Amino acid sequence: MSLSPTRSLAFCLSASLLALPLQVGAADGEAIIQQGGANPAAMPCMSCHGADGKGMAAGGFPRLAGLPEAYIAKQLADFKAGRRENPLMQPIAQALGDAEVAAVAKAYAAKPKVNVKAGPVERPKEGSGAWLALRGAWDRHIPECTLCHGPSGVGVGDAFPPLAGQSAEYIEAQLRAWRGTPAQPAGKKTKAVAAVAPTRSNDPNGLMRHIAADLSEAEIKAVAAYFAGLGESTEPFDESQHRLR
Amino acid sequence: MKMTLRLLSAALLPLLAAHALAADSARNARLDDQTQLPKAPTRPVGQTYFQPPAEADIPNNAFGELVRRGQDLFMNTKALAPQYVGNEMNCVNCHIDRGRKANSAPLWAAYTMYPAYRKKNNKVNSFVERMQGCFQFSMNGKPPAADSEVMTALTAYAYWMSTGVPIGKAQPGRGFDEPPPPKGGYDIARGKAVYGKQCALCHGDDGAGKKVGATSVFPPLWGKDSYNWGAGMHRINTAAGFIQHNMPLGRGRTLSDQEAWDVAAYVNSHERPQDPRLVNGDIDEARKRYHADDGVNLYGVVVDGRKLGQGVQ
Repeated sequence: MSLSPTRSLAFCLSASLLALPLQVGAADGEAIIQQGGANPAAMPCMSCHGADGKGMAAGGFPRLAGLPEAYIAKQLADFKAGRRENPLMQPIAQALGDAEVAAVAKAYAAKPKVNVKAGPVERPKEGSGAWLALRGAWDRHIPECTLCHGPSGVGVGDAFPPLAGQSAEYIEAQLRAWRGTPAQPAGKKTKAVAAVAPTRSNDPNGLMRHIAADLSEAEIKAVAAYFAGLGESTEPFDESQHRLR
Repeated sequence: MKMTLRLLSAALLPLLAAHALAADSARNARLDDQTQLPKAPTRPVGQTYFQPPAEADIPNNAFGELVRRGQDLFMNTKALAPQYVGNEMNCVNCHIDRGRKANSAPLWAAYTMYPAYRKKNNKVNSFVERMQGCFQFSMNGKPPAADSEVMTALTAYAYWMSTGVPIGKAQPGRGFDEPPPPKGGYDIARGKAVYGKQCALCHGDDGAGKKVGATSVFPPLWGKDSYNWGAGMHRINTAAGFIQHNMPLGRGRTLSDQEAWDVAAYVNSHERPQDPRLVNGDIDEARKRYHADDGVNLYGVVVDGRKLGQGVQ
């Protein structure tokens, strides 16, 4: 077993951080969020993901605050490796060192997790975004979103991120990234449009891609609007509370 | 007077004992699985499974309210009926899509098959008794009384969902449509590898599942919060059927017969809560009476030098 220079550096840094808690090193997550990484190409995260880490809906920039540490670290690794393609985010991820990725993931995970106030059982209308979120479309092998992403879409474990707290723009973009765009044959007045390959393939065990592939454009919009519309409770997440499905 | 009493009780004792035995067997009558029902027919090529009515068709009246209450209980059993649920399981964990999905023990295929005679307890069981078995074994709890609000609501839900199914006509899609046992048998070690690759993401390496707050999202597959040793799912053949048709979620029918059996064996080779039918604290006796002739299962079987069926609390 040998440590890479970066790893050794990170080890030394974290060792010294333990000794001197106030010392600010290259792998200070909060500093990266506010000022960027050591490599200038790693721009400050907050310039797109917001000062509070809750994202910016208009640009489709997702909320990172309160997302699981392992999930954020995996996404950054996947951007680097091209399993998740994005012209804006890939160069930034590539400019972050391993220790920086770990630090920034930790810093965002420590910020407040999204909370949706627990309410009574919802009764969705068939064909609505809520229906897809709470009932799924099992005739197409599509489980209800909340079955994996948790009641009210608050996220489950490290692999299933919260959908609550994200903007409709972001959720729609991700569903399309998994799905790609099917080719359109030429119509009477329109030219043929070539298929766009999926730009996201980093779903564990391929659990997400087939779901996105089977969703219509209208369904993508409706289900994204549903989760975006859940809003966020100002109360902290209550771990002792049941959440009804 | 004293003498008379003594005589009377002497005469009564055997009667009382006989009565206790009868009561015991009446209790046990609820405890068995449903394998005694004839196997459900396979779906004829080109035919679809029965389609239960749409949720929007639940009427807006007192009956409809009870049906909706049944559906709520079915999906949130632990949260809404905690006094009857002793683990972290909900009905919907084994009966996917609110009990509507074919080959996930759909309610519409079960409801019209009861009352049914079960060879094992030599008794005709009502649908309510069948559901009480779910509470006692799959949910390791205390069955609600037959005339309780919980049972009435769940029955109303199953009845409504079975609208249009002919009474007593076995439906394709009932139960879990188990794959045949693999020729070379199953292998627990191979099953562990399948589990690590396909199941651990949600159910955890420790099989404990995952929760959000107090609510179980991915159910525990073994350990104190999972189904007990008396649940139908403890049979490897039954679990193989459920797994092959329904797991991983949304990607059912992707595991081979061999993989389904192997991973079912791995899951069911772990300790779980004791079978409430345990006979005089004796696992071997309980195996002889309830498990030896009940599909393929590992209760009372020595695996890796340890006899399974100890139970966990």
